[in-house]
Amino acid sequence: MPDPVIRAVGLSKEVMSGEAPLKILDDVSFDIAAGESVAIVGASGSGKTTLLGLLAGLDRPTAGEVWLGNRALNGLSEDARAALRQRWVGFVFQSFQLLPALTALENVMLPLELAGASDAGPRAREWLARVGLDARTTHYPKQLSGGEQQRVAIARAFSGEPQVLMADEPTGNLDGATGAEVAELMFRLNRERSTTLLLVTHEVTLAARCGRRLSLATGRLVGDERSGAVGGSTTA
Amino acid sequence: MLDTVRLAWRLLSRDWRAGELRVLIAALVLAAASVGTVGFFTDRVKGALTRQANLLLGADLLLSGDRPLPDQFMREARARGLAAVPAIKFNSMVQAAGGAGSAVLADVKAVTAGYPLRGAILLVDPADPAGKVARGVPAPGEVWIDSRLAARLGAQQGSKLAVGESTLTVGAIVQQDPEVTSGLLALGPRLMMNLDDVAATRLLQPGNRASYRLLVAGDAVNAFRDWAQAHLDRGQRVESIRDLRPEVRQTLDRAEQFLGLAALVAVMLAAVAIALAASRYLRRHLDAAAMMRCLGAPQRQILALFALQFFALGVGASVVGCALALGGQQLLVVLLSGVVSTDLPAPGLWPAVAAAASGLALLFGFALPPLFALSRVPPLRVLRRDLGLPRAGGWLAYALGAATIALLIAWQAQDATTGAIMIGGTVGLLAVAGAVAWGLIAFLRLLPQRGYSWRYGLANLRRRPLASSLQIGALGLGLMALLLLTLVRGDLLKNWRASLPPDAPNVFLINILPDQIDAMHALLQRELKADVALYPMVRGRLVAVNDVPVDSTRLTDARARRLAEREFNLSWMQEVPRSNRVVAGQWWKPGETGVMSLEDGIAETLGVKLGDVLTYDIVGTRVSARVANLRKVDWDSFRVNFFALYPPGMLQGLPTTYIAAARAPSNPAWLNGLLAQFPNVLAIDVGEMLQQVGAIVEQVARAVEFVFLFTLAGGVLVLEAAIAATQDERLYDAAVLRTLGASRRQLATAQLAEFLALGTLSGLVAAGGATATAYVLADRVFHIPFGWNPWLWAIGIIGGGLGVAVAGWLGTRHTLHQPPLALLRQFG
Ligand SMILES: Nc1ncnc2c1ncn2[C@@H]1O[C@H](COP(=O)(O)OP(=O)(O)O)[C@@H](O)[C@H]1O
Ligand SMILES: [Mg+2]
Repeated sequence: MPDPVIRAVGLSKEVMSGEAPLKILDDVSFDIAAGESVAIVGASGSGKTTLLGLLAGLDRPTAGEVWLGNRALNGLSEDARAALRQRWVGFVFQSFQLLPALTALENVMLPLELAGASDAGPRAREWLARVGLDARTTHYPKQLSGGEQQRVAIARAFSGEPQVLMADEPTGNLDGATGAEVAELMFRLNRERSTTLLLVTHEVTLAARCGRRLSLATGRLVGDERSGAVGGSTTA
Repeated sequence: MLDTVRLAWRLLSRDWRAGELRVLIAALVLAAASVGTVGFFTDRVKGALTRQANLLLGADLLLSGDRPLPDQFMREARARGLAAVPAIKFNSMVQAAGGAGSAVLADVKAVTAGYPLRGAILLVDPADPAGKVARGVPAPGEVWIDSRLAARLGAQQGSKLAVGESTLTVGAIVQQDPEVTSGLLALGPRLMMNLDDVAATRLLQPGNRASYRLLVAGDAVNAFRDWAQAHLDRGQRVESIRDLRPEVRQTLDRAEQFLGLAALVAVMLAAVAIALAASRYLRRHLDAAAMMRCLGAPQRQILALFALQFFALGVGASVVGCALALGGQQLLVVLLSGVVSTDLPAPGLWPAVAAAASGLALLFGFALPPLFALSRVPPLRVLRRDLGLPRAGGWLAYALGAATIALLIAWQAQDATTGAIMIGGTVGLLAVAGAVAWGLIAFLRLLPQRGYSWRYGLANLRRRPLASSLQIGALGLGLMALLLLTLVRGDLLKNWRASLPPDAPNVFLINILPDQIDAMHALLQRELKADVALYPMVRGRLVAVNDVPVDSTRLTDARARRLAEREFNLSWMQEVPRSNRVVAGQWWKPGETGVMSLEDGIAETLGVKLGDVLTYDIVGTRVSARVANLRKVDWDSFRVNFFALYPPGMLQGLPTTYIAAARAPSNPAWLNGLLAQFPNVLAIDVGEMLQQVGAIVEQVARAVEFVFLFTLAGGVLVLEAAIAATQDERLYDAAVLRTLGASRRQLATAQLAEFLALGTLSGLVAAGGATATAYVLADRVFHIPFGWNPWLWAIGIIGGGLGVAVAGWLGTRHTLHQPPLALLRQFG
């Protein structure tokens, strides 16, 4: 087995809820290998977003370790984690999280520019074309439909050519048909780029397209199940 | 009810700790402080004026004229049982006897036994700092001088002074003289002498403008006043305590109006900040309000809850503002120490009330609409966060705020026109600045956008074009006010000085007698190696145009009325004088008579045309002449010029003095010698005069600058309020950028780029506005060459950019320290 791309070791997260501490993630451990597609499933409030946030270094765990590539995130400063994220991780959110002040193109250029790429413009344009939005480059997020916004977000996530794509309920805010289209796009790009996919969802069909499913219940890892299909080549 | 108060207090202290109220409080303090500073200051100056009112004339009534007053006034006053004493005021050069030391131009007041009828003269007493009351007036042969003149002459009690052709002994040093000008508006150094000594000085020549006075006091003074009013001739007037020295009053009213309106610009900017802060407050407290509604609180209680908090806030901030204003007005007094006496009464309570009322009115004017909205929040919001904001009442609700501002301005301006100009001016300036900013922002978009920080920063400006333009306008206004008072003022003065011809005369000699012409000419030739021309001068009053008597009261134009009241300097000449140009009609031929020449500006003011016949009264002799030509005069040349000129011969035999203008080295030795030889001559040193005026202008400008600092503070507050209002958006952006891998430095650069752009644009607007104003002032108002000052742009743009960058960075730096996931949860 190759070195894991992501490794979680005894991850726990406690938050203060009023006066008392509340454990929202409890001793979660797993490895994810390069090229795997993994669905994180569980009821609402089970800690999925929290887990994804910890894996991306967006927050610090109370206990345990996260490894991204072969670097441990724990010892790293906020800035160092951001730099690592820039090279390794693309992110797609349930509510798109585009910057409203920037056009579609500028949003996609952002990660490239942050990384100091000199050809940010052309590359971002290419990615917008790949998600089918070459005609909408100068439009602002609020001029785009939900599905279109999510496609911009996907282009933005892939434009930095990350090793890992993390998506937190990417179809959660979209209607069925649009959601299916967006999911299809994401899986296709993921296959083409052979990135590692980490997908938080509670949609059964979406989870089924992934090669592995991690189940959370009240902050604990309660299931780790693999199916033969990898990368969603079969449909249920 | 008590519960509501307690809850209001708890909510308020929580917001205070969270720093939610900072901008709101600062804006309120600023509004109260700027209104209070000006209020306290003018209150004190007015207080001084009123306190001196009964003394300031030295009498109950003062008659004055530019020629000796006819005896009938004194006779009538005494017949009515009133006390009446004459006095004369005029100017004279004063010098230590023997011609050693320099000569000083002084204000002379000649008085006689009985002066003053009201109040007292205080003399310096080494034993008592409060001084001692003088008994009587200077004896014949004696003068009393004020401490300034004593200092300039190095004179003390017993010194001998040359006054005109007399030598008089200093009998005392005057500490305070019952006249308003001594305490309030300092003019030249002063000398008091006995009326009986005046003739011997030979100073009262027709060229020396003197004011002949009659001081009157007693019970029946009002009846006498009415009688005198009916018997006044041209050039004579009556003043009483009732008039309270109208010109001083008027100057003070103007100053109060101007400073007050300058302070109001700051108040208007503070209002913008308050409106922004209040609407953010509304958004922040919606959830709490919704929850209280859900728990069954009636709208009324919620309204009371928040209104109580705002009231406490307003009162607290007003008190702080008033305290600051007390410090501020004292600073104004110090800054203006050369113009206004520092010995002022303590300020009254009224300005404090006005300042506090302004603060509270603003708060409620702009915060009430959002408060009403808050009380109407639907309780369902507890379940559905996205239910949306209740509308703050839209523009209509802000009408309350606008009305508050209009009221404040009307109160400060005290008349509708000034108020309207003021509102229109500020709103117009803001609108123009905003529109320019809008255009600049749009233009920036066309530029190639290199790098994410600029892209992001400029995108942030574009994203809220209205708010950005408002901020740029507000900051630009504050900066412009300061640029105008510092750089532009200096430029104008410098350019004016530079525009003077290098050989422009710097000394004027007036009051030269006909029998002194040859000796004077020879002396000037010897000392200055120059052939200095001496011009004859006759003083006369315009009495008729085309044989119709001039009735100055019928002239509507104030300037025309003043000109018609005054005595003109008339002269004669064969040739067109230098730096004059005939623009209409013909210059006279040798031997021509019965004609005259008029300066075209004064002809226009008086409504006189070519061919009209003007009649002047010259000490009782009437001289009529046809206006044969009109001249343009280059007054900036500083040469001797006359409004009215005649051919030689026409004014022969009338009382004449001569005037000369010369360019002389700054070394005054020759001048002292000249004045020793011709004691009746007055020397006016242009350089010294300009220096005195310059020093006063300097002080006044510094004081106004200080008031305009409030304006700049208002601009900064609008910036901070706008930053606070966009806080949530900024936090969200920071979280997204963080997620995409931006480092803290990259986040900071992006925000810095935004504020640098904002500040640079404000600086650009300010420099542009200041340059345009400078151009208008130079070209249209002062008629001097306009100088392009690159520093204006450099300082405006760099100063604006850096200043705003720092202010913006201070306001937003904490957005860099939040963990991204928590933020995304909050806004996702
Ligand atoms: N900062 C926090 N403070 C308090 N509770 C939190 C915080 N973050 C998350 N939680 C709680 O932790 C639990 C897990 O949240 P989350 O990871 O968002 O679940 P999921 O994404 O599976 O719906 C939820 O009950 C949530 O309310
Ligand atoms: Mg979630």
